[in-house]
Amino acid sequence: MLSYVGLSLLVLLSAMEAATVERVEYDYYKYHTMPEITKWMDQVEKDNPDVVTIVEYGQTYEKRVIRLLKIGLNTGEKKKAIWMDCGIHAREWIAPAFCQYFVRQILQAHKTDPKMQEMIKNMDFYVTPVLNMDGYIYSWKDDTTRLWRKNRSPGPPDCNSYGTDLNRNFDANWGTLGVSFNCSSETYCGSQAVSEPEAQAVTYFVGSRKDDFLCFLTIHSYGQLLLVPYGHPNFTAANYNELMGVGLGAADAIRSVHGKNYTVGTSPDVLYANSGSSRDWARFQGIPYSYTFELRDKGTFGFQLPEDQIQPTCEEAYSGALHIITYAHDKTFNGAVATAAATLWTMLLTVGVTGTTLM
Amino acid sequence: MSLRIIVVLAVLTGISGSPSVTVGPEADSADTRAHPNSVPETVEKTEILGQQEVIVQEKAEENVMATGELNINHYPARRAAHVVQHYLNTLYGSPYRLLQLHKIHRGNAEDVSDSERKYELEISVQELIGNTTGKCSAEILFPRGERQRSPQVQASCEELLKINTKAQEEALYQQYKMNSGLLSAQNLPDSYGHIEPDMKPFWHLSIVAASFVMLNESSENTLYNMAQVANITQLATENDQLKFDCHILLHEMVSQEIIHWKLLFTWSPPDGVKVLQMEQLPHRHEGEIPPNTN
Repeated sequence: MLSYVGLSLLVLLSAMEAATVERVEYDYYKYHTMPEITKWMDQVEKDNPDVVTIVEYGQTYEKRVIRLLKIGLNTGEKKKAIWMDCGIHAREWIAPAFCQYFVRQILQAHKTDPKMQEMIKNMDFYVTPVLNMDGYIYSWKDDTTRLWRKNRSPGPPDCNSYGTDLNRNFDANWGTLGVSFNCSSETYCGSQAVSEPEAQAVTYFVGSRKDDFLCFLTIHSYGQLLLVPYGHPNFTAANYNELMGVGLGAADAIRSVHGKNYTVGTSPDVLYANSGSSRDWARFQGIPYSYTFELRDKGTFGFQLPEDQIQPTCEEAYSGALHIITYAHDKTFNGAVATAAATLWTMLLTVGVTGTTLM
Repeated sequence: MSLRIIVVLAVLTGISGSPSVTVGPEADSADTRAHPNSVPETVEKTEILGQQEVIVQEKAEENVMATGELNINHYPARRAAHVVQHYLNTLYGSPYRLLQLHKIHRGNAEDVSDSERKYELEISVQELIGNTTGKCSAEILFPRGERQRSPQVQASCEELLKINTKAQEEALYQQYKMNSGLLSAQNLPDSYGHIEPDMKPFWHLSIVAASFVMLNESSENTLYNMAQVANITQLATENDQLKFDCHILLHEMVSQEIIHWKLLFTWSPPDGVKVLQMEQLPHRHEGEIPPNTN
């Protein structure tokens, strides 16, 4: 009897060991193909059912389903939100790598860090690891396609090139500055504002929830910059000074990790004027903290950032993003003091309304 | 009793800012079209936040070509400094020495005539392989007007050549001089940013050769970097110079275009890099719709 139990236990243990050996840890410090990222998203949802849901919110030109990871504690109430998208430009491979790292970090921090627990309770994080899926897949095709930027829609009938620059296609001063109407140009802004299905997906999803969003972070490379709205030099955001202050704080946080300098400013000031960007569109919608992150490096490797730089780049960018997110959170949720005040006001109003005397 | 409650509430409200828990997003009606006359700030202030100096200027000045003292974080100084980087690499770059702009300390720009604009910069430059930094003063003259001419650069740097690369360069030169097995390589770096250690010196050499093109092609409206060496082939050694034929991809930041160039260049330790021929290749549309399809 005992030996039978012992043998069964042994068999069970070996089976379990085999099962865990079977499941390899996801390598966040390597570049991943679209199918790998898709599979990873499914796994993250499966592993964290209480906080993670996959949301399908659109389609690419080639009819792929655009999905995001919604991360947050389900409180049954309408929540404030943080938006992050990566890979709007296909060749910027470090960006999707960062989105994946970001998800891993906040889920890990959620287990142990009270601040992250508070933020995941108060807010939902919407993270799109690869927005321009068609372009990203195309950039993996072979050596000649690695530097593809745009999406893969065919362009107007008389055009013999593919692709619209999704970050010039949003409805934000569309088609005015820093764009080309030549369909073979890398900054071709499309046939009209939001002509592209990928831009439509973001516009509809975020647009229909715009009052919920506190932050809109769009991740790119390269250049080591934090860009604040607007891309058009004639427009200044109402909270420009605040955006700069928080951005500079984020740059300080980034520098403290590995010593890398990120320059903060509007695009027309520190890079070039442009229009139709997702960041500008988000700010025009009223989303207060809207930033473009341009990750490493400064041109030595450019878009083809070596894999041994994925980890340090993600670590510093996470620090920067967290600074902005924490600021937005803390400004919105003033903690116990606000709750106490609210409770007492409610009490006083009730007393007033019912005419009860307190004496 | 009720008075005390009101006082407590008033204090609490004062701390938390409002009776409600959440604050809505900023109203957009406040976004302004910046008009020179309506800009509130008329005084130049310098705030030092962390290591980035923030110079607050009248927006109007920025819309006109930046003249006078330049904001070191803004693109005019950054683009001009990048030109200096290319210039320095044409002079000092080698298989074991590559220079990169590290920081801009000061910048100034002015029109010197109808057809020329002069930038004066104080910058720090980093040598990437040995990881040393040095200061440089540079003057860049951008030609204005119809004809596309190259910028003229002058620079003097302190101790840029700190690390002695002579031995390594000589060893590489001797190894490849003998024409026994001419070098041939593709995709430096590859899609993952990887370069075989043996090929790194030739990637550096290609960047130096590319710097001649990037310097020539630069203007106030461009920012060039070499994206990749598509291929590099060693030709027979000539006049004691190693000779190479290469196809490079440049990334121009402002247009975001990838521009293909073919270069024929030579190198030896005493003579450095000399570009014999450079030719821009036609705009490649990877994934162009092929003709005669539905």
